[in-house]
Amino acid sequence: MMTVSDFMTLLNNDYLALVIERYPITLDFLANYRLSDLATDGLLLDALAGVEDEILEEFGLEPYDLLLNLAVFLRTFSETRSAIGGVTSITINGGINKLKQPENISLTISAGEVISIVGPTGSGKSRLLNDIECLAQRDTPTRRQIMINNQPLDDTQRFEMDGKLVAQLSQNMNFVMDLTVREFLEMHAKCRLSPNVNEVVETCFLCANDLAGETFSDDTKVTQLSGGQSRALMIADTAYMSDSPIVLIDEIENAGIDRRKAIMLLAKREKIIFVSTHDPLLALNADKRIIIKNGGIDRIIETSTEERQSLALIEKLDNQLLKLRNHLRSGDLITKELINL
Amino acid sequence: MKLITIAGPPSSGKTAVILKLIEAFKMPQGSIGVVKFDCLTSFDNLSYEAAQVPVQMGFSGKTCPDHYFVSNIEDAVQWGIESGFKLLITESAGLCNRCSPYINSIASICVIDNLSGVNTPRKIGPMLKFADIVVVTKGDIVSQAEREVFAFNIKQVNLTARIIFINGITGQGTFMLAKHLKNALEIDTIRDMRLRFTTPAAVCSYCTGETRIGEPHQRGMLKKMEFKK
Repeated sequence: MMTVSDFMTLLNNDYLALVIERYPITLDFLANYRLSDLATDGLLLDALAGVEDEILEEFGLEPYDLLLNLAVFLRTFSETRSAIGGVTSITINGGINKLKQPENISLTISAGEVISIVGPTGSGKSRLLNDIECLAQRDTPTRRQIMINNQPLDDTQRFEMDGKLVAQLSQNMNFVMDLTVREFLEMHAKCRLSPNVNEVVETCFLCANDLAGETFSDDTKVTQLSGGQSRALMIADTAYMSDSPIVLIDEIENAGIDRRKAIMLLAKREKIIFVSTHDPLLALNADKRIIIKNGGIDRIIETSTEERQSLALIEKLDNQLLKLRNHLRSGDLITKELINL
Repeated sequence: MKLITIAGPPSSGKTAVILKLIEAFKMPQGSIGVVKFDCLTSFDNLSYEAAQVPVQMGFSGKTCPDHYFVSNIEDAVQWGIESGFKLLITESAGLCNRCSPYINSIASICVIDNLSGVNTPRKIGPMLKFADIVVVTKGDIVSQAEREVFAFNIKQVNLTARIIFINGITGQGTFMLAKHLKNALEIDTIRDMRLRFTTPAAVCSYCTGETRIGEPHQRGMLKKMEFKK
């Protein structure tokens, strides 16, 4: 592991071009200080001598500070282990509901497990999700405790998660970047500091197409994707590129995406998955479901054999609807024969 | 009294975050006050008054908002102490990306929103760079990937800040922000304390009301663009 002083030595001894070759993120650092045009065929400090004092002054820096800042920057971005690595299970220890009744539950969920959350609007689903996100330690209104790998967490550990514990996916999410699918994936891969950008981008792209009802090319603008295609791309991206060990899915629409396959994919990537849904296909496909009532966890139901068996029938119903949708999409008429149950 | 300074581009959600934060503190009514520094006009006082939060508004008008902030912040602190607040929050709109109304040892928060574009964190200067905590709003409507790239770009500019995602509508995330701020410094004055970064310099003829265009009218401290042939 390189220390800051190792990086200082590097910057003091190696030509800038070599530093950039080894740590391409150096280019980002320089761009942040409007120094993209620096000569790279020499040491950084020498190159800085040719820069107008005013530029550095505007950023409140002396050349040496800039060198030190870059060393700290490289040290930070070459860190491989993060606080959220190695999350293999999460435990929800019950607190109280809005009527101050105890929840009396303890539920441990392991990586690869799928849990659905059901309950009417306003019943307390978001309170549960909030508790998970902030790793409540009996200090939120619900008094619940969330443990990671069977351990309670102190505040420092909670802060270290920096909002990276939970990846979220919901119906309301959109792409706002004006990039093509490939550029978008490359940008995300780059900030994951992936060593093999092309490979992971390709995997993501193929997977997204596999999930989407209608295929799309990698030079499509992300803002021009259909709802289903966007959702498919977001899921593939979360599966292959997001660090977050927990994925929270809020009611994904059933049009144009293979929802079961999507959840399976995330489970296979060893994510802990919460699906807030009233879609029977998704809810029964989960290992367990949490019933929310009166602002608390009312019950936890393990998906029964009967329920699992009825999945096949539900799937048939679902496919039927999908078929109707596809007929509509291609301009056909909907006939009674099509709706033969 | 504790003091917290909050800055961020216009419409990034500062007021919404502050209101949710005040809720999360669960302190008795009247123990938290707000001073809002703005430029020309603002309607945020209505939101604060609706929430029964004591608020003072200040408008920098024709002077630089940062200069205005630093010239008035000690008076704001004294107002807060006299009003018997346990906590004073200042809110200022950073309009030129060069603003950074942060003071050494005083909890400093920058609020930016996910809709402003993934590269925006790299364009905001001291306001982001010198913050202790960066609050990111409107994350509920962009993709996870964009949130992650956004956070990465924040980290590029500010390696040490804590990044907290907050939904200004539901208040999700404010619990952790409040937790962070529990340890904000107790002060009875901030006289002789220092800003974390210099304010933008501008002492030129235009500062004193000049409106005519052209070299003969430009005096004082000016910065000229260089147009390459």
